[in-house]
Amino acid sequence: MNNKVYNNRAWWLILPMLLLVAFSAIIPLMTVVNYSVQDVFDAHTRFFTGTEWFRETLNDPTLQMALLRQFAFSFTVLAIEVPLGIGIALLMPKRGWQASAVLILVTMPLLIPWNVVGSIWQIFTRGDIGLMGWSLRELGYGYNITRSATDAWGTIVLMDVWHWTPLIALLSYSGLRSIPDAYYQAARIDRASQWAVFRYIQLPKLTNVLVIGVLLRFMHSFMIYAEPFVLTGGGPGSSTTFLSQSLTTMAIGQQDLGPSAAFSIIYFLIILLVCWVFYTAIMNLQKDKQERGV
Amino acid sequence: MAEITLKGLAHSYLPDPQSPEDYAIREMDHVWHQGGAFALLGPSGCGKSTLLNIISGLLEPSGGEVLFDGEKVNSLSPEARNIAQVFQFPVVYDTMTVYDNLAFPLRNVGTAAGRVHERVMEVAEVLELTPQLKRKAKNLTADEKQKVSMGRGLVREDVSAILFDEPLTVIDPQLKWKLRRKLKEIHRRFNITMVYVTHDQLEASTFADKIAVMYEGQVVQFGTPRELFEAPNHTFVGYFIGSPGMNFLPVAMEGGRVMCGEAPLVVGEAFEKALQATSSENVKLGIRPEFVEAHATEVKGATEAEVVDIQDLGTYAILSLRLGGILLKARLDEDEPRPRVRAWLRFPVGRLGLYVDEFRVEVPHE
Repeated sequence: MNNKVYNNRAWWLILPMLLLVAFSAIIPLMTVVNYSVQDVFDAHTRFFTGTEWFRETLNDPTLQMALLRQFAFSFTVLAIEVPLGIGIALLMPKRGWQASAVLILVTMPLLIPWNVVGSIWQIFTRGDIGLMGWSLRELGYGYNITRSATDAWGTIVLMDVWHWTPLIALLSYSGLRSIPDAYYQAARIDRASQWAVFRYIQLPKLTNVLVIGVLLRFMHSFMIYAEPFVLTGGGPGSSTTFLSQSLTTMAIGQQDLGPSAAFSIIYFLIILLVCWVFYTAIMNLQKDKQERGV
Repeated sequence: MAEITLKGLAHSYLPDPQSPEDYAIREMDHVWHQGGAFALLGPSGCGKSTLLNIISGLLEPSGGEVLFDGEKVNSLSPEARNIAQVFQFPVVYDTMTVYDNLAFPLRNVGTAAGRVHERVMEVAEVLELTPQLKRKAKNLTADEKQKVSMGRGLVREDVSAILFDEPLTVIDPQLKWKLRRKLKEIHRRFNITMVYVTHDQLEASTFADKIAVMYEGQVVQFGTPRELFEAPNHTFVGYFIGSPGMNFLPVAMEGGRVMCGEAPLVVGEAFEKALQATSSENVKLGIRPEFVEAHATEVKGATEAEVVDIQDLGTYAILSLRLGGILLKARLDEDEPRPRVRAWLRFPVGRLGLYVDEFRVEVPHE
């Protein structure tokens, strides 16, 4: 029985969605695309430049260095935060009031706004009144984030780890809680070691939440702006100048709208590409060898 | 391989149990012989799974002893007890292949690779898992996964017993039968003590040589399926085994006659004597619907009853009757005449059981 009614006016039903997507994504993106291929002087004077801004951006050594620093930073924090977060989740109590208490304590850093985090660490690391800066100096280490690039880097990484490891810990904790007891019981009966339980039960069951965690953390850290800006201002020199800070300097400081638009698009594509690679790689790990045709 | 003895075993989940109701397992003594296939049958919440977890060592009993071949194992972990357990929902290690899953318990104790391979191939053969060996366990169907769980128990050579906790719950009906047969076959081949927990009497009686029926934290009867059917020890066993369950008629002696409500019953001298001897108020006569004789016309020594309903089930019919205000059921074969409004019932003395305070009392026949 086919009682489907054909009525092309039904297409109007997708209009609200179309408007929403237009305002949230298409129009802003097209504006950027528009700037990226033109040289705009004022409201009436503009020249079409083609791929010039893109070529210029890709060949700019400062931006290349910022990109490298950005990758180094993102991979460093991921390499620390993911294992650390899983470790914390494994140690967190499973039930009772202790579980709630620890959960709240762990979540705390996530609730602090970005530039406040920067300010907190700015004060924390000061040599005269900051607890960490003062302590390190008293211990005989000449700690100074405005002079030493190593100190600045270490501090920014530490700050990010402090701020965002709780996210991975929370995700992992929820993943661990969803594993039925029967798995642990079966493992005991199979006489599995602690490591085997982690490797073959907990880690596989965590894969899905970790995919989300890794993607979120990668995107976040790749776009990091407020915290290093407040803490080091990108210095010393340009040792902690990451991509978004370079972009801000270019777009707001120098008003180079064309190159910054091209830069934005490249930036966006890199994030998209890396996320896709991550996602595909992790998902592929779970597949059967037979399915992959090996 | 082991004989499992439970001695004065009791368990409560509460820290300070007071009344018998606080116990999940009430004090019991029980022996599972080496090499037997046993079923633990009972309704949900009767303590079957608790008992199983105590035997496997996942749970430490709050009282009494668990003995394996005479040795006390109360505080030994499941690892040390050498027991295998198959759970209600199949547990497989997702990221491993079927082969690695089966090899896992052996590799955990450092068995040589050659021996691991031999055992895995043998068990896979028995369970018909050989074609799946290279596949990841994650992508198997529910029954294949459950076979892998069983396989991990079977693969171990030194295993004392294999415990099954309602292992066929998530399996499709047509595969249930196949897996049940497989289990029987495995039992014959490996001669391992097997304890099978279920709430399904059919599953229990097809799998096990002897069935322990549990009710409110106690084993109320331990016997062959035939014994449970013919001579239930407790009214609960009568209700629970058989379909429909056993009839229980509350009776009393009045003026030298056995009365069920207002209806007099003819049950013979031995029962009359036994009934006179008891002082309890809670006295019942039990008889299976299969053994109740229901006649369409008046016969000698019969009691008249009212027909409430006839349920025709093809080769037989279930007759619902009211006798002295009590409902009971009788099973009629297809060639027997069906009473329509009134029926005359006879209770063959050899098939009757006397239940005082819910427990069966033997009546001597001369």
